[in-house]
Amino acid sequence: MRNIWTIAKREYDNYFNSPLAYVVAFAILLPLGIYFSLIMFVSSQQALQGGPAPESAPINWLFVFLMIFLSPAITMRLISDEARMGTLELLLTAPIRDFELVSGKWLGAFLFVLSIAALTLMFPLVINNFVSPGIDWKLIISSYLGLILVCAALLGLGTGISAVFTNQFAAFFVTLGLFFFLWFMISLPASYLPQGGDVLNYLSLSTHFSQSMNNGTINLGDIVYYLSLTALGLFVGTSAIEIRRWR
Amino acid sequence: MIKVSALTKDYGARRAISNLKFDAQQGEIVGFLGPNGAGKTTTMRILTGYMPPTDGEAIVAGYDVVEESLEVRKRVGYLPETVPLYTEMVLFDYLKFMGELRKIPNVDDRVDEVLDMVSLTERANGYIGNLSKGMRQRVGLAQALLHRPEVLILDEPTIGLDPGQVVEVRKLIRDIGKDRTVLLSTHLLNEAQNICDRVIIINKGKIVTEDTTENLQARLIGAERVVVRVRGDGDELAKTIKQVKGVQGVATKEDGTVEFEFSSGKDLRPEVAKQVINSGYDLLELRPLGMSLEDIFLELTGSDTKTK
Repeated sequence: MRNIWTIAKREYDNYFNSPLAYVVAFAILLPLGIYFSLIMFVSSQQALQGGPAPESAPINWLFVFLMIFLSPAITMRLISDEARMGTLELLLTAPIRDFELVSGKWLGAFLFVLSIAALTLMFPLVINNFVSPGIDWKLIISSYLGLILVCAALLGLGTGISAVFTNQFAAFFVTLGLFFFLWFMISLPASYLPQGGDVLNYLSLSTHFSQSMNNGTINLGDIVYYLSLTALGLFVGTSAIEIRRWR
Repeated sequence: MIKVSALTKDYGARRAISNLKFDAQQGEIVGFLGPNGAGKTTTMRILTGYMPPTDGEAIVAGYDVVEESLEVRKRVGYLPETVPLYTEMVLFDYLKFMGELRKIPNVDDRVDEVLDMVSLTERANGYIGNLSKGMRQRVGLAQALLHRPEVLILDEPTIGLDPGQVVEVRKLIRDIGKDRTVLLSTHLLNEAQNICDRVIIINKGKIVTEDTTENLQARLIGAERVVVRVRGDGDELAKTIKQVKGVQGVATKEDGTVEFEFSSGKDLRPEVAKQVINSGYDLLELRPLGMSLEDIFLELTGSDTKTK
């Protein structure tokens, strides 16, 4: 565990040395801020006519949606760049397990995204001040749990793909393609299939969050789904490094 | 400390190293020489636990590089050929990171120590990206020394250093080699000659020979060749030397010196010296002409190959 933490700490610090991290943070927080302002504006207008109270769950949905496009940029260089720069040789000759290396890389990226997510907590806190008798904190907890699990899965898969490639742009586009497929496309044929549609719906990245956790429902199946994807990503990454050694 | 037997590595259909067998003891500095693509780096990477061999066995510091790779990696310091570094990191932080991965106690103090050893204390708080090539090479060396490894594997350790730094690093390696095992590859043959106790010459993935540089010279030449210089004109010197029984191949050179040879095992230099002096010459020099490691290398690997 200590090795995982050592690698994660370096990776986390490294994000703040890179302009890419600031671009990603900006690309997430700016749209969220604009969306939040719109929600507050529209709600304040509707409140005069007895409209619904503002909610922060749609902001979390937008966060996750943006992560589909931005997380490949966060993970693309994690291991592929180490391979390109040759620093992977240093890490693979240090007394650390391949799994620890991949997990540490993932954890560093995960902590970076959690830092950005932590900033978005200001949105429900602000809304809570304007709503009586306060917002539904159970919904907020469920939504954030979903957000955290989706991000863990996206970053896990991205880290795994980054270990497969030496070129970070190849890693970026393959990761983006996979996320696009899992979010938008995998459940499309479900309604046309006489059988097996449920399986495709279950495999969709979006349904477990959009139709479940972001609505305040916490199912074990949803948690298992995202944790499985995270584990799959880390397994692919570890296997890719093993294969590099044996090649 | 290093024991390699029947070590073989294939990259697809290409065999990089074939059936290597050698060992290196504690307190020994072993030079690994060979042309490009000879298999030096592949062998070193296997010994550091970076990659497994296709076949054969390598024991480093008492542990098998495949079965007990983590134990091997704890005990090996490795300087890769092109020193890979995190250029965006501050030097001290980089070494501290590597030290933490190796779980070194009091890592800050140890980082200070190795920075002092490689004369980089003044650059401790600077970014690695701002260091010169020679400095980066020393950072790589510092990283390899950080955990006081029992075995040090250095791929071209002095490449890119200026002459003063080369002297310092060679001294450092010699000091380390007194009580630890050092395996180093180099394309500088005089470096191997100066600091290695033993040399392993590898070509096309196979060991061509291994021995001390002195023994290699003796084995390859088969005879001792000596140069004689006298004061003044030495025109008749060759005839004088030829009179000594056992002397062969006497030749006068353009600079006036005379070279001769005699079979190994029977040193004729005292007899030649007496003969030269008794003939009235002022003897200035009587020097054995050793075969350079470069000559040996070319002889063994074929003159068409160039040293790495």
